[in-house]
Amino acid sequence: MESHVLDTSLRWIVLVPLLGAALNGLLLRRMPRRAAGLLACAAAGASFLLSVAAVVRLAGLEPHHRLLADSLGTWLDVAGVRVELGFAMDQLSAVMALVVTGVGFLIHVYSLGYMAHDPGFNRFFTYLNLFIFAMMMLVLGENLVMLFVGWEGVGLCSYLLISFWFNEEANAAAGKKAFIVNRVGDFGFLLGMFVLGAALLPHLGGGEGVFSFRTIAAHTHDLAPWATAIGLLMFLGATGKSAQIPLYIWLPDAMAGPTPVSALIHAATMVTAGVYMIARMNMVYVLSPAAMTVVAVTGAATALFAATIALTQNDIKKVLAYSTVSQLGYMMLACGVGAFAAGIFHVMTHAFFKALLFLGAGSVIHAMSGEQDLRLMGGLRRKLPVTWPTFLIGTVALAGVFPFAGFFSKDEILWKAFSDGNLGLWLVGFLGAGLTAFYMMRLVVLAFFGNNRASEAVRHHVHESPATMTAPLAILAVLSVAGGWLGWPHFLGGSNRFEQWLAPVFEHEAVEPVGAVHGAATHAAASTEWLLAAASLSLALLGLYAGYRAYAGRATLAAKLHAFAGGKPHRLLLNKYYVDEGYEASLVRPGYALSDRVLFRAVDTGLIDGLLVNGSALLVSITSALLRLFQNGKLRFYAYVFALGAAAFVLYLALTI
Amino acid sequence: MTVGLTHYLVLAAALFLVGMAGVLIRRNSLIMFMSIEIMLSAANLVFAAYSRLHGDLAGHVFVLMVFAVAAAEAAIGLAILVEIYRLRRSVNVDDLNTLME
Repeated sequence: MESHVLDTSLRWIVLVPLLGAALNGLLLRRMPRRAAGLLACAAAGASFLLSVAAVVRLAGLEPHHRLLADSLGTWLDVAGVRVELGFAMDQLSAVMALVVTGVGFLIHVYSLGYMAHDPGFNRFFTYLNLFIFAMMMLVLGENLVMLFVGWEGVGLCSYLLISFWFNEEANAAAGKKAFIVNRVGDFGFLLGMFVLGAALLPHLGGGEGVFSFRTIAAHTHDLAPWATAIGLLMFLGATGKSAQIPLYIWLPDAMAGPTPVSALIHAATMVTAGVYMIARMNMVYVLSPAAMTVVAVTGAATALFAATIALTQNDIKKVLAYSTVSQLGYMMLACGVGAFAAGIFHVMTHAFFKALLFLGAGSVIHAMSGEQDLRLMGGLRRKLPVTWPTFLIGTVALAGVFPFAGFFSKDEILWKAFSDGNLGLWLVGFLGAGLTAFYMMRLVVLAFFGNNRASEAVRHHVHESPATMTAPLAILAVLSVAGGWLGWPHFLGGSNRFEQWLAPVFEHEAVEPVGAVHGAATHAAASTEWLLAAASLSLALLGLYAGYRAYAGRATLAAKLHAFAGGKPHRLLLNKYYVDEGYEASLVRPGYALSDRVLFRAVDTGLIDGLLVNGSALLVSITSALLRLFQNGKLRFYAYVFALGAAAFVLYLALTI
Repeated sequence: MTVGLTHYLVLAAALFLVGMAGVLIRRNSLIMFMSIEIMLSAANLVFAAYSRLHGDLAGHVFVLMVFAVAAAEAAIGLAILVEIYRLRRSVNVDDLNTLME
């Protein structure tokens, strides 16, 4: 068993945001706005600083003994199932902790400006802090149960924040949709945990917590027969949380929430929880090629599928939402081909540039007095001197242009998919990357180029956002440029420090034959890698150029594209492949019908109300109607009955004695 | 002919049946009340007879107890009857059925 170092600061990383949420939540009405906002930012900032300090301590240890642990005691100890209230930080948790608290803090600051005029200001910051708490619980949890508590916690916060402006029916409905769709995934997650627990319990030694990641890693040989079942069930959970086919449908609707929420929860952090979970459970996944294949194929399919939808959406946030779904697909693809480090690398770079893009979109929406329709924007380039360049940086980073962050992580993923011998997966990802560049350029052109198409009143009001909003944009822009350099690949003369840092966590994959082949063929591979990188870079540039040509100026090319084949493909994409309608017809309406006809009318009205409630009342009234015949008010009748009874009693005594 | 236990018991049974018949047949509550007193007397007679047979005074004590209870009961019962008559101008038990429902 690995040694570990006790570090009680871990609990404070998790608990400080909870304290912030509790203070803000309990004093909701009395807290002045400024104090509430500062308190929330301070809590998130403190959590970030504590994380940085912990990571520094972690980095000071030997690479193979990098594990900080903390425990608040034993939570459960029932029938051999022992669960610690424990926190642990290894290299993987460290990356996630820094991203979550770092980006989280920036978005807290941004929200100070974005939500400044909102009546629910204090409530908003309470939820944000609660989210950071739940997310850190997920990331730093020492076992699957703690992870699951965080998993559900972030789901709750997501629900609360999507339907934050609950006065509007659509927002409340979007919140419910997110919650219910995630419930489907959580069902799979729980079943996966049960299978894992049942498979492990007979093999445990004393003092081992069954769901602890260290126990799971130590007992992989006992889990081998169950790995496919566990992997697939847990992946169902990941498809819910990380918005993969078939459960991605909630994420685009989740854009009903305030934009900082879209940036923090529905782009940078929470939705990557599924990727984190799979990377965390890598020791189980590598045991099952079948589960890995499912993960990879689902990821690649989602990446391309969502990218095509993003091509046509007119809501600025919807484009970014489908882009997020697509990028999450890339991360899943990476995990599926065993390149967990590349997946986590993309989690990190994506957190930077997608948070930047969402916050930039928020700044645009702020400037446009709440307008989100791209068709009514345009020409913002000159009006928003900070938002415009940062947004452009985010765009090229997402498109994967060298040397911005997205290039390194996406290229790493595509290369790993290719070198894994899976040409089909690589091709799907490659095409998706081209589409990504195209739809992002379309968004940029529609929002920032040309003339403003909004009404006179809105156009007159366009203004750059306050410093609390532009400062996070600037910081994230820097990270979107430089964040990828941590993983500068070998073929470009770097040493991919990011992968090296994570290597001890994923050393299970080193046993795989892929690693061995990779090592032997490094020389031959380097030239292929060059070629592929050049190909994807030129595809990205081509996509950007095509997007610009299609939508800039009089957009004649775009009109041709829309009218292609009678406009049918365009309509299909605009309506998102009618997937929501399909779910509506195949699941929601039958569900309603079942609830209405069977559960409501037959079971509730018929069985429970009719038979059980009214039936028992009817039984009592019939019985009492019979008994009432004896109570006729005639004293002599009572006396007769009494005398007869007494006589019968005497007779009984006489006969028995 | 000596008077034995059997004679007492037969007399008591006869008295009891007379009293019971009175309660069951008559409608005048005053008469029914008197019939109940007759039944009590029948019970007293049985107590006294057995007390004599066993040479045990406990039976006599019971008889005195029953007297006392019967006296109290008569006082209250007659008072109730008088009040009922004042309200209803009748002591016929068939008219007294307001507690039926």
